[in-house]
Amino acid sequence: MDYPPNVKIIRIPCTGKVDALYLLKALEDGVDGVYAAGCEEGDCHFLVGNIRAKKRVGYVKSILKDLGINPGRVEMYNMSAADGPRFVQVAREFTARIKALGPSPVKTGKGSEPTEEVPEHAPESEGGEAAKQEERPAGGEPAQPAA
Amino acid sequence: MIIGHRKPLEEILQMVEPFDKIALIGCKGCVAVCAAGGEKEVGILASALRLARKKDGREIEIKEVTLERQCDPEYIEEIEGFVHDYQAVLSIACGVGVQYMAERYKEIPALPGLNTDFMGGSEEQGVWVEKCQGCGNCVLHLTGGICPITRCSKSLLNGPCGGSSGGMCEINPEIACGWQLIVDRLESLGLLEKVYEQIMPYKDWTTSRDGGPRKIVREDMRE
Repeated sequence: MDYPPNVKIIRIPCTGKVDALYLLKALEDGVDGVYAAGCEEGDCHFLVGNIRAKKRVGYVKSILKDLGINPGRVEMYNMSAADGPRFVQVAREFTARIKALGPSPVKTGKGSEPTEEVPEHAPESEGGEAAKQEERPAGGEPAQPAA
Repeated sequence: MIIGHRKPLEEILQMVEPFDKIALIGCKGCVAVCAAGGEKEVGILASALRLARKKDGREIEIKEVTLERQCDPEYIEEIEGFVHDYQAVLSIACGVGVQYMAERYKEIPALPGLNTDFMGGSEEQGVWVEKCQGCGNCVLHLTGGICPITRCSKSLLNGPCGGSSGGMCEINPEIACGWQLIVDRLESLGLLEKVYEQIMPYKDWTTSRDGGPRKIVREDMRE
């Protein structure tokens, strides 16, 4: 049940609190990717918080694409608050995706990167450790606001 | 309110390309309500511009400010204290605000971050529609409160054209025929025969844009 230690959790009361600016600021501050982990659709305690978050994530994706930054660096995932294995799976999945994309161009200053979203990376069996070892030298830290 | 939307980021980046220090000025008026140029949009655009620049290894300093309005000289004056430290002003007010910036701070380029679209209102959350063209001579009392100048694609004054089909306009099947709306409304008010049968004379468009830039002077309010 270990999840990659490079995933930094930012607690918020509901993903409905996720603002486009939070995601952009995380990228500005040097993370390589950021995802919102919300409740399953239809299960939001505040009815549509996770639906709103999904739309805002989509908006940020469109901004990143226009800027020449891969929109796959932001994502919205849904999971039950009681589903630990799914939480771990997503953390591994997203870490693997970011690892495949490499360090954010915002950090390296090397110009635009391809903006086609990569197909979902299969979670690796060794999971967290592999992600940890490869993310750190690149200085990469996916951040994660969690509901 | 005046409805606008952000220019494509590529165009904005091109405009600010020569500068490394800009003031990004929002407006708390109409464009804040239509989520195009308010405080939140200032934050998002500033962040996007910084990301774009960092990505290219060239940083940009952005002063983020949102004024009460940008269509009044007194509010434009509020940035006097710091604006001269910046190479350009990127205004995300409507076109009026950008021009006020350019007029007041003549030595600093004023750049538009928005495309100003129309006078309108909210149809639902996230949807804005055009309702008025500011023709300068309102006829809403004759048309059931529905503007034929704006809502009819041809701005016809005496009933629909042949392109009205099933209540929709020929230019776009998603646009309602303005005159169908007017007739339905007059009918429901019981005014169809009384009002619709009256022929409207041709319109004097000099009160609209045809008379050049317009001006209203209220001598009782002038100082």
